[in-house]
Amino acid sequence: MITLAQMTGSTPKRVLPGFGLSLGISLTFVSLVLLLPMTSLVGQLSGLSLAEYWAIITEGRVVASYVVTVGAAAVAALVNAAFGLLMAWVLVRYEFPGKRLLDALMDLPFALPTAVAGITLATLYSSNGWMGQLLAPTGLQVAYTWVGIALAMAFTSIPFVVRTVQPILEDMPVQVDEAALTLGASDGTAFRRVILPHLWPALVTGTGLAFVRSLGEFGAIIFIAGNTPYETEITSLMIFVKLQEYDYVGASAIASVVLATSLVLLLAINLWQGRFIKRLHGGKG
Amino acid sequence: MLRNAASRRLIGTAVIAALGAGVVTPVVAAEREILNSSYDIARELFAAINPEFIEWWQQEHGEEVAIKQSHGGSSAQARAIIQGLRADVVTYNQVTDVQALADEGLVAEDWQNQFENNASPYYSTTAFLVRKGNPKGIESWDDLAREDIELVFPNPKTSGNGRYTYLAAWSFADNAFDGDEEKIKNFMRTFLRNVVVFDTGGRGATTSFIERGMGDVLISFESEVNNIRGEYGSEDYEVVVPPVSILAEFPVAVVEPNAERNGNADLARGYLDYLYTEEAQRLLAGFNYRVHDETVVEEFSDEFPETELLRVEDYFGSWNEAMETHFGGGGMLDQLQRR
Repeated sequence: MITLAQMTGSTPKRVLPGFGLSLGISLTFVSLVLLLPMTSLVGQLSGLSLAEYWAIITEGRVVASYVVTVGAAAVAALVNAAFGLLMAWVLVRYEFPGKRLLDALMDLPFALPTAVAGITLATLYSSNGWMGQLLAPTGLQVAYTWVGIALAMAFTSIPFVVRTVQPILEDMPVQVDEAALTLGASDGTAFRRVILPHLWPALVTGTGLAFVRSLGEFGAIIFIAGNTPYETEITSLMIFVKLQEYDYVGASAIASVVLATSLVLLLAINLWQGRFIKRLHGGKG
Repeated sequence: MLRNAASRRLIGTAVIAALGAGVVTPVVAAEREILNSSYDIARELFAAINPEFIEWWQQEHGEEVAIKQSHGGSSAQARAIIQGLRADVVTYNQVTDVQALADEGLVAEDWQNQFENNASPYYSTTAFLVRKGNPKGIESWDDLAREDIELVFPNPKTSGNGRYTYLAAWSFADNAFDGDEEKIKNFMRTFLRNVVVFDTGGRGATTSFIERGMGDVLISFESEVNNIRGEYGSEDYEVVVPPVSILAEFPVAVVEPNAERNGNADLARGYLDYLYTEEAQRLLAGFNYRVHDETVVEEFSDEFPETELLRVEDYFGSWNEAMETHFGGGGMLDQLQRR
């Protein structure tokens, strides 16, 4: 592709003032709101020997909390991948009354204080709540079990999937589906071979973000989890407990595990997406 | 779209931050004002006490003053002061949180001798709330370790209220089994296994018991269970005060460096002294707290059943020791809950 700059042969004109200045401001901002707190968190750990650090992060109850958190977050992310994709599809491809409202509703989990979400879910799904009473005969208990934890995670993280898939789907004209169908593909094949590959990077990114978001969630989960040791305690609660004991170092140690996991996952998603786009554009980024 | 959503989330966060800070400023313009850093469920209490104090101070000293309040979990409140919040006085529900301030040199080392009754103008104990008619016949702590009982109380790891419950059960067992540690531990294991929900705080536990219908017994402060019964109807719930329970002190202290820097040293002290006056003690008793003033004790004698109140110091050495051996990482509580 030839840019305007290449055509006119001059240096490109940009809306924002000089590259140096804008990068400088962005980096300062990022340092203040992101890097500084992170550094101080890692700094807290400097008083620990490696053996002490290892002992804190591998304590039985803490390890049990990793299992609960990662397991529930994985279930929540997969459920969100399926339903978020469906939701984005419905919002982009169909016209129906109330569509704008539904679209706006998708952002609600971002806006709602997560504690409110947690309390509402616990009210609904406890044994005397509306949903809880309906589910009681089936023997499925949601509130105060890991199912409830996954539910709360799914609630707070669904916008990530919908909002990453939606724009990609909007850019993809209906004619693409139609072309696939006229060339003899069945509905299933058209979806699997034509539509899904196009959506794949966005879907994986959205699902990954939803997963990472769930790892750190506290407010929504704490009210529906039951917080029984070894069974329904999440890692964020373990951090909270350490803080209550004035054990900042222990809290930072556990937090660093969550942080490192999230960072590695986010980085992996970004790298993978970069490679995918490169392949899509035949080597040009 | 994403940017839009992100900005909405920012607004949401700002609103939570504003709510979370919970600092209430009265409308009266005044020369001097002090900030009282207090525990979460004391909002209504100090909203009732402060106007009375302002009037009292006006009469005694002819000066118009104002009181600002800050409420939150008292450990978090103490942390805020350690990190620089310039509160003049603290009124907490846990000795350990004032002690944490003393360890940082923010309140006097001998703070428990600065005011009467271990610097605790009022006190309470741990009591039970059961469902109408007390269907499971719960009278004392040994009933709570029966196989057919489901308990609700806040997590001792995150709540001072929960720690009192744990310590009360332990000292009861200590008495009952003559200090035989194996038997005490067995009792405590069953007791802890009977818990169906571990909420992070006292109000959360109340919600689980009342709104969600969880458990047979809610264990909380006597003041709290009485307030709940008052609020949710005395026909649905009954308060059971066990014959033996733990003494829960509500310690107060002047945050000296702050009060001096704010020029409030005398006012801060006067405010805490006021809590010991007959007038203030009557207000406190009205909120179901036990008090020391003899006239008021007499007036409210029907409300507070006679109970043997055990002291944490007598059974666990000191609060710091109790915290370390029982609630610290890898401590007794962790061992009892280990699977």
